[in-house]
Parts: sequence; structure tokens; C-alpha cells
Amino acid sequence: MDLSSINWLLLLASLMVAATPILLAGIGELVTERAGVLNLGVEGMMITGAICGFAVATQTGSATLGYLAAALGGAAMSMLFGFLTQFLLSNQVATGLALTLFGLGFSALIGQSFVGVQGIRVEDLNLGPLADIPVLGPVLFQHDAMVYISLLLVAGVWLFLTRTRGGLILRAVGENHDAAHALGYKVVRIRLMAIAFGGACAGLGGAYLSLVRVPQWTQGMTAGAGWIALALVVFASWRPWRVLIGAYLFGGLTVLQLNLQAAGLKVPVEYLAMSPYLITIFVLVIISGRSRASIGAPATLGQSFHATT
Amino acid sequence: MIRLEKRPTPSQAWTWATPVLAVLLTMLAGGLMFALLGKDPVAAIKIIFYDPLFNPQFAAYSRPQLLVKAGPLILIAVGLAMGFRAGIWNIGAEGQYIMGAIFGAAVGLAMYPSDSWMIFPAMVIAGAFGGFLWAMIPAVLKVVFGTNEILVSLLLVYVAEKLMAAMALGPLRNPEGGGFPGSRNFQGYPAASNPELFPNSGMHWGVVAAIIAVIFGYILLSRHLMGYHIRLAGQSPRAARFGGVSPARLVIFCLGFGGALAGLAGIFEVTGPAGQITTSFNTGYGFTAIIVAFLGRLNPIGILLAGLLMALTYIGGELASFMLGLPSAAIQAFQGMLLFFLLGVDVLSNFRIKIGREGHA
Repeated sequence: MDLSSINWLLLLASLMVAATPILLAGIGELVTERAGVLNLGVEGMMITGAICGFAVATQTGSATLGYLAAALGGAAMSMLFGFLTQFLLSNQVATGLALTLFGLGFSALIGQSFVGVQGIRVEDLNLGPLADIPVLGPVLFQHDAMVYISLLLVAGVWLFLTRTRGGLILRAVGENHDAAHALGYKVVRIRLMAIAFGGACAGLGGAYLSLVRVPQWTQGMTAGAGWIALALVVFASWRPWRVLIGAYLFGGLTVLQLNLQAAGLKVPVEYLAMSPYLITIFVLVIISGRSRASIGAPATLGQSFHATT
Repeated sequence: MIRLEKRPTPSQAWTWATPVLAVLLTMLAGGLMFALLGKDPVAAIKIIFYDPLFNPQFAAYSRPQLLVKAGPLILIAVGLAMGFRAGIWNIGAEGQYIMGAIFGAAVGLAMYPSDSWMIFPAMVIAGAFGGFLWAMIPAVLKVVFGTNEILVSLLLVYVAEKLMAAMALGPLRNPEGGGFPGSRNFQGYPAASNPELFPNSGMHWGVVAAIIAVIFGYILLSRHLMGYHIRLAGQSPRAARFGGVSPARLVIFCLGFGGALAGLAGIFEVTGPAGQITTSFNTGYGFTAIIVAFLGRLNPIGILLAGLLMALTYIGGELASFMLGLPSAAIQAFQGMLLFFLLGVDVLSNFRIKIGREGHA
């Protein structure tokens, strides 16, 4: 193996791109979970976003419209989950799984005619002189817009959750839905909004895969990214900035793994390709050594709310 | 104004009626989906649910397929149902199924070309052990570190898939295969193969194992202390703890049992219908079995029926894609839809629907 053949600058630059899909999906799921809802359908919503985004972007030639369609598609999928869990009070774990299974099938169905279609080119954002800074320029300032939007989204979610009244109410609903209900907050409505936000973000994350990262449509292309995003939220102890750290760490490891493959490490590709999943498991183990309360899981996470009065 | 009123105990009648209702609703919604795809919905539903069994032209081929597909689904779903009942979510059966196939096949291939009668039983044991071992990873991590078993078991599916690809290209590759990926075909290795037991029945040892698993699972749940503990832990975890049920033992048992059964399904599949380890050996039985488990109300007898029905949608789906040019992915969406409807109409067994203004007692 020839380590010197790896361009470390390029590696750092592609780190942000590799991290963006799971960062988007993770920050959305974080909001959903802070409202007390465990939606295991991230994978299904991501893949729906991936095909909706790809289909619209290739038809219209506009990445913006593609992202918009992806967010709408992801949110629409999440509303299936929302209707079942919030109104029909179905089990959230089972319903999330159903969403993933359905999303994988549904996306394959609508994506059939898009297999092998050439993706569109998403231009990098022009950040003027910033992009010309040596070293920092290519690493930080020569990416497409969605990379920066995802960062703004993390900041926005952090601001919303910790600095606004709406965020306080959302967290109250997640910590104790009965108390929030007694105070007059509309638990179901708030949770539905949180679920929709999570779905839209997952959709964006999926579209980033099919528009920028890959950029193509193949069946089942999310390949577990949605599950890794779910693990990311646990890793982050339900805190927005830690999602960012987790996503970038993970993105870095993924890129490193791909670079090692290219550099000809004497290990079959299949074993290297396992590493993202193994690393995620490893991190989950380290994180889960502590009690549920001390790691900051919302107290009513995964519980159905049924107003009796 | 529609209100929901919680029933003190789930309605017995609705518990059995909801799966039927869900199937009917899925047919309606599926028909709508097929119509949107520009296919005749009535013809599509007929091809999926009726023709595989009764069409004079296709039934001879597709009837045996019913058992071939239902066998692994039932075998895996019975194992998963134990865990789901206890609130232990093993959703990585697909990975355990793959590991069962790899372990079992490795034992058989190591013996090639011996013709001892012991080879096949040894492979079956190795297969069950492989699935068990793979399920022990999330189980032990959960017991020791409290790691979420949902995420770990699922992530291990991807690891198992990669491992299978590595095996098909590396250690288990057929040395006489001209460099193509894939192991030796077990159909050409009688001591290690799992043929049809009766011609044109679809019956192979995996189906026999599925039937035994259903009986065993039924007895375990309804007559054995372990089954009682499983049900207790699912309905009231706190009461179960006070009653002396060890959560750790339950986790190990439920995941281990589910993993072993999934591993069995894998080894019977690779030695029988699939024939060999290839990069595309697994076809999602481990995930579809989740739907089967719920459709069968997490009850082994129900799972037997649900497995047959789900197998029918597989065969019917293939037939529909052949006859109507229906995309093969449509059936996957159809199956996902079924689980949605099932979970949705379940509200009827747990709640009473009250229409009108809130009454004052």
C-alpha cells in the first residue's frame, strides 16, 4: 500500500460531502426524537427523498426543485407514520420498520425508469475570495450549497431548541406528554410537525446522495445511511452540535476507508466496506455504557400519547 | 367528533379479524396503485392471489413454490415473534439468515467430496449455530452495555452481506468455477444437498423444520414457563421484574432462538432452492418475515397462515411481473403497505371507536 498516494487535502474536502446526507437525516431525526417520537423509518424516508429529488432534478434540470421535491416526498412519507402513530396509536417501532420496508419498495417502483439515467451537475457555491485561500479554501469553501445549508440547519435547530419558546414546548412534549397536555399544549399537533420536519430532512439527505454524492439512482442506494443517522442521534446524546461532530467523524472514516481501497490496501474491498457499519456499532457500545437519563434521551421517547381527559 | 376509548383488554374478535381486514384493505389500495401504474387492477389482484393456486396453466409450477417460499418466512418469523412479544426487537434476521448459510455451507464445502450421511446434519447444526452466533452480538452487547439491539442487529445485516460477498469471491469460491464468483452448487453434491422430499411438492427439509418450529413455538408460548415470561415481559416489564424474570436471560433467549431459526432457514435455502452461496444469495426473507410475524399476530399458528399468504404474494408478484409487466418492486411496496394497514387497523382491537360528543358519566 502506498499511503503517499492519498491526497489528504482532497480527503478532508470530501469528508464534508460524505457527512452531509447523514447529518441532514440525523438533525431531522433529532428534532423528531426530542418531541418524544421514535421514527425508525429514516431509511425509508431517505430513499424516497433520493428518488423524488433525482426524478425532479433530472426532469427539470434544477437541483433546487429536486431538493424541494425530496423534502416534500420525505415529509409525505413521514406523515404516513405520523397518522398511524399519533391518531391510530400504533407501535412506533413496528410502524417505523413498516415505513422503511414500504419506502424501499415504493422508491424502487417509481425509480425504475431512472436507473442508468445521467444525474445533473450540481455546481459548487461561489464563495469568492474564500475559496482561493490555500489549504482551507478547497477543504471548507469549495462545496455545493447543501453542505452549508446543512450546517445552518444544525445551528438553526440548536437555536430553536434551546433559545425559543417553541423549542421549549417541543422538549416539554418529549419529556412529559401528559404534563404538556395538561398545560394546554397540543401534543399530537406538535409531534406531527416534528415528524414532518424529520421526514423533510431525511428526504433532503437522501436527495444529497442521489444528486451530489453518487450522483445516480440505484435501487436501495441509501445502503443503511438512515440507520447510521439513527445511531448518530444516540451518539449525539440528542444534542444538535454533537450530531455535527458525529457526522463529520463518521464522514471522515468513510472517506478514509474509500481512499485506503483506492491506495491498494492489501485487504479485500468487501472487508473495508464493512467498516462504516462496524464503527457505528462500536461507537454505540461506547456510548451506551451510561444510563438512559444521563445521556439525555427524552423521557417519553417511543411512547404513544392518548389523551384521556 | 370521533373519540377512542381504550379497551380494558384487547378485543379477541378484532384480534383475529384485523389481519383479514388489513389484507382486504391492501388489495384495495394495491389495486389503486396498479391502476395508477396503468394496469388493470382486478386482473393484477387476481394474478397475485388466485392464479398461482388455481390457474390451470401456471398452478402446476407455482403451487410447489408456495412451500418453498413460505418455509423460510415461517421459520424466521416464529423466532422473531418470541422477541417481539417480549419487547426485544431483532430486526437483523436477514443477517442471521446469511450467516447460517455461510457457516453451514462452509462445513459442507470443507468435506467435499465425501459422501458420509453425517455431512448434511452437521451442516444444519453449523447453520443454526452461525445464525445464533450472529444474533449473540446484539444480545451480549445489550446485556452487558445496554446497547440498542434494534440498531446493532440491523447494522450487522450490512456486515453479513459484505461478508457473504467476500466469501463468494474468496474462501468459498468454487475452485472449478472458472473464476466466477459463487460457491460449488450443492445440487451436484448429494451428501450436502436438500432436495425436494416428494416430487413437485416444494416440500424440503426447511419446510419440515418450519412446521416443527411452529409446533414448538406454540407449545413454548402457551404451555411453558419461558413463554409465560416472554408474554409477561412484553405486557408489563415492571411486573415481570418483580416476578423474578431476568431481563438478561430473556434477551439472550429471544435473540438466540430467533437467530438460530434464521440460520436454519439460511442453510436449508442455500442447500436447496438457492443451491449455492453467491453475492446475491439473500432476497429479503429476513425483512419480509417481520411482516409475517405481525400479520400472524405474533402467534405461531397465525404465522403459519401469514407465511403462506406472504409466499403467495411473492409468487403472484413474479407472475404479475411476467404477465402484466408489473415492476417486481411493486410487490415489495405491496407488502410494506400490508404492514401499514395491519398496524393501522389494530387500533380496533385496542380501542373502541366512539362517535358523537363526549359523554358525561
